[in-house]
Amino acid sequence: MLNNSPKTLFEKIWDQHVVVPETEDTPAILYIDLHLIHEVTTPQAFTQLKESNLRVRTPEKVLATMDHSTPTVPIKTIKDLDLVAESGPAEQIRDMIKNCQDFGIELYGFDSDRRGIVHVIGPELGATQPGRTMVCGDSHTSTHGAFGALAFGIGTTEVAHVLATQCLLQRKPKTLAINLNGNLNNGVSAKDIILKIIGTIGVDGGTGHVIEYRGDTVSSLSLEERMTICNMSIEGGARAGMFAPDDATFEYLEGRPMVPKGDDWHEAVEKWKQLVSDKDSVFDKEVDIDVDSLKPMVTFGTNPGMVMPIDSEVPDHEGNQSFKQALDYMKVESGKPLLQKPIDVVFIGSCTNSRLSDLKDAAEILEGRKVADGVRAMIVPGSQAVKAEAETIGLDKIFLQSGAEWRESGCSMCLGMNGDTVGNGQLAVSTSNRNFEGRQGKGSRTILASPKTAAASAISGFVQDPRIFGNN
Amino acid sequence: MEKIIKFSSKTVVMANEDVDTDQIIPARFLTLPSKEGIGECLFYDWRFDESGQPNKDFILNKEESQNCSVLVAGNNFGCGSSREHAPWALVDYGFKAIVSTSFADIFKNNSLKNGLIPITVPKEMHNWLINNPGVEVMIDLENTLIQTQHGHQSSFPVESFSRYCLMNGIDQLGYILSQESEITKHENKI
Ligand code: SF4
Repeated sequence: MLNNSPKTLFEKIWDQHVVVPETEDTPAILYIDLHLIHEVTTPQAFTQLKESNLRVRTPEKVLATMDHSTPTVPIKTIKDLDLVAESGPAEQIRDMIKNCQDFGIELYGFDSDRRGIVHVIGPELGATQPGRTMVCGDSHTSTHGAFGALAFGIGTTEVAHVLATQCLLQRKPKTLAINLNGNLNNGVSAKDIILKIIGTIGVDGGTGHVIEYRGDTVSSLSLEERMTICNMSIEGGARAGMFAPDDATFEYLEGRPMVPKGDDWHEAVEKWKQLVSDKDSVFDKEVDIDVDSLKPMVTFGTNPGMVMPIDSEVPDHEGNQSFKQALDYMKVESGKPLLQKPIDVVFIGSCTNSRLSDLKDAAEILEGRKVADGVRAMIVPGSQAVKAEAETIGLDKIFLQSGAEWRESGCSMCLGMNGDTVGNGQLAVSTSNRNFEGRQGKGSRTILASPKTAAASAISGFVQDPRIFGNN
Repeated sequence: MEKIIKFSSKTVVMANEDVDTDQIIPARFLTLPSKEGIGECLFYDWRFDESGQPNKDFILNKEESQNCSVLVAGNNFGCGSSREHAPWALVDYGFKAIVSTSFADIFKNNSLKNGLIPITVPKEMHNWLINNPGVEVMIDLENTLIQTQHGHQSSFPVESFSRYCLMNGIDQLGYILSQESEITKHENKI
C-alpha cells in the first residue's frame, strides 16, 4: 500500500536512492549521484582514504573546484600562487591539485575557464540536475535544490565515506512546505524572500527538515532566484531546500555541457516532469509567506534570523542576553533605524548572489554613479564563466567606472579565508549569507542584504533603500 | 577510535544561543593540516584578545573551567558552516559532550563521528544546568542517560547506529563498505 500513497518531491527522490533501507538500528544507505568537492573540507578525507588504502569509487561522479581559500586576484599559473596567497591557503590549493591527480578526479582549477564557487559552477555546467542526490562538504549545497535535486552539506568524515563508497548514511529527514504567495515588488529580490523566511521560522526553524518551496510565486521566479532561496535554506537550519522542476528548469539546463543530448534529453525531461509532490502528499509542517507585502530586508544582528524590513527599527532585545550581545557587537540600538547608518564596505558576491542576474541588479544602480568616498566596494563573480559573461555585456566597465573593485571568481569576502576581508570593527553591507561575528574577517560586522540594497548602499555611503533608485 | 560508554565530569556553562561554527573555529584556521592541536583555535576570537592574550572574562579561561569535559551550551548549538573542524577543535580541547536543547543537524552528525556526544535535554533540565555551573554530571551512553550529583536526570536521544559505533569504537565507513554488493546492484539499476 505504501507505494501507492501520495509522495512529496523529496520522498520520491529519497526512495529512488535508497541502497539499503533504514532500520531501527541502522540509518539508510543513500546513493549519491554527484559529489562536489573543494579545497577546504577535503584534505583530511583524502588522507583517510590513503591511510586506509581505499580508492575513490567513482571519480567521474566527483566534481572538483577551488573556491574557498582561492585568491581573487588574477594568477596565470600555479607558480604565482605564493605571490598572492598566504602559505596555509596556498598549501591547501596545491594539496587539492595533487589529491585530484592521485585519485583520478577532474579538477576545475586555475587553468579552467569554468572554475568558480562550487555551488555556482554545478548548475552552470548542467551537473546539477533534477532528481539527483548531491552532497558537498559545504552547508550551502542546499543551493542545488533549486533544480529539484536533493542536495545537502556534509562533514569531512562523510566526504571520505562518499569518496570511498559513493554512499552516505542518513536518517530520513522530515518535510516542511513553505508556501510563497504573491509577486515581488520593484526593488525587492529573492534574497529578501529568503531573509523574510528565516526571520519567520528562525535560524533553527528548519532543523531536521527538508524544505520544499511551493505556491503561486514559484512560477515567476528564475532559476537564479530559486538558487538564492535554496542557498540560504541552511540558514533556517534546514537540511535542504527544493523547488519542483518545471519548464524554466528545463530551459535553463538545455544545452549545458553535462546534460543529456538529443533523444536522451527528451527522455530525461519526461522523467523529470514526474518530480513533483503528489496532490495529496502531506508535509510534516507548513508555513505561508506573503511575497506581495515584502520590502527589502536587512539583518541587524549576528545571525540571519535577526532581520527586518529596511525601513523599520531595530527591535528590542527584551532581556535576551544573546540578542543583546548581538546588538552590542553590531553597535546598533533597539528602536533606531539602520537606514542611513554609515558603512565601510560593500561586498557583492558569494554563492548566494554572484550570478549574472545579481551583477545586473547591482549594475543597474551603479551605472553612471560613484561609490561613496570612504567606502570599499568589491564585486566578485561566482565563476569565471559569470565573469566572462559579465564582461561581454560590459558590466565590468560599469563597476570599475563607479569605483568598485572587479575580481576573479571565488568565495572571497564571504568567509574571508583568502585574504579578502572586512577590517576589524568595519561595517559591511554584504550579499553573502552569514552575518556571524567575525565571519568576514576578525572583528567584522555584517549586514546581509540583496545586491540591489548593497549597490544602493555603496553609492550612498550608508544603508540605503534601493527603491529610491527607481524602477528596478 | 576510543570506546565511549560512561564518564563523569564537571560542567562548563556557556549559555549563548545559536553559537555558530564560525565562533567555534574561525575560518582562518581551516587551513590547518591536522586535527591534533586544533583545540588551540577553539573559540579563538572569544578566548583571546587583540594581542593574543587570554581574555580573562571568557568562561573557558577561568580557573574553575579547567579539565571540564562537558559543555552546557545554549539552544541551537553548532549552526552555520559544515566544517568538521568545529567538533575536532572541541574534542582536541578536551570536550566529550555538549548539552543543549537543540543542535544544528550537520554539527550533530559531525560530532557523533568524532566521539563528541550531543546531548539534547528538556528545557527544565537545561535551565537547571545553566543555573548550576560546575556541577558534576554523569553521562551514560549505554543507557542514554545524563544524571547530576543532585539526582536530576534525563534520558537523551542518540541515533542508534552512532551510539553502537561509539560504544564499540567502530568507524562507520566499515559498515557502508560491507554493503558493497548492494551498492553495485543499485549502480547497475541506474
Ligand atoms: S561563497 Fe561563502 S557560503 Fe558560498 S561556498 Fe563559498 S564560503 Fe561557503
